[in-house]
Amino acid sequence: MDLQAIAFYLLAAVTVISGFLVITARNPVHSVLFLIMAFFTAAGLFVMLGAEFLAMLLIVVYVGAVAVLFLFVVMMLDVDFTQLREGFARYLPIGMVVGGVLAVEMVMVAVTVAANGAAGKNAAPAAPVSDLPNAEAIGRVLYTDYIYFFQAAGLVLLVAMIGAIVLTLRHRPGVRRQNIGDQVARTPASGMKIVQIKSGEGLCE
Amino acid sequence: MTIGLTHYLAVAAILFTIGVLGIFVNRKNIIVILMSIELILLAVNINLVAFSVYLHDVVGQIFAMFVLTVAAAEAAVGLAILVTFFRNRGDIAVDDASMMKG
Repeated sequence: MDLQAIAFYLLAAVTVISGFLVITARNPVHSVLFLIMAFFTAAGLFVMLGAEFLAMLLIVVYVGAVAVLFLFVVMMLDVDFTQLREGFARYLPIGMVVGGVLAVEMVMVAVTVAANGAAGKNAAPAAPVSDLPNAEAIGRVLYTDYIYFFQAAGLVLLVAMIGAIVLTLRHRPGVRRQNIGDQVARTPASGMKIVQIKSGEGLCE
Repeated sequence: MTIGLTHYLAVAAILFTIGVLGIFVNRKNIIVILMSIELILLAVNINLVAFSVYLHDVVGQIFAMFVLTVAAAEAAVGLAILVTFFRNRGDIAVDDASMMKG
């Protein structure tokens, strides 16, 4: 067994085990941390395949942003998570049946593709097509043939960002906030009131 | 034995199955359901990248990037909806979320 095989089996085993722990952990914070580990080792698999750019993207986007977002939400919500776990054993058998059928089907398809499909013909593993680095190869295609798709992806992110802000923004009634429009519109007439006070009585509102 | 396309496809298949199983067994916990969806999309990305490498075509990696983008957007909007739901209801039990009818 060469070094590549050892690395692959290590990364694959860690990915699968942490993926399994994501769905079985009792504490959702642990689930998020195992999700981070799964993405990290999947990035390792991408590096083994020669897709370094996507591996770095996976770490930056998932470990850096999405997983932290999950962690933030899990810790912000004050929820009794043990109550949410009821029904775990009840749905386990049907889940196992559906999952088992899915897994067997997909592994059969994978074996067939590797034996007969077009990809199986290129059994020579992962020799780079050209001398270009992976990021440059992606950039040359992404910014030419797929420029409109790239722009559309940016638009999707913009819409998601605005949507998330609009959904979570709220103005609570009791909290005073700075209103710049009111401040700018203030005039001496509206900002100052002259009151005549009778002598000896003082001012009471 | 050398590591071939089949190995990567098998890992992706197992990860996909774990994601589907997670949706089944955590039916009440929508946070774990969202994480299961992320696992499923990760499995899809592994498939896309593996085929891209073994077919010597970089377009598969570009499509995986778009999948990553959509997954990030989906997680952000899903968690925002979840936070709003929690504010309105006080819990996140989704199986009796029938207040949205009408």
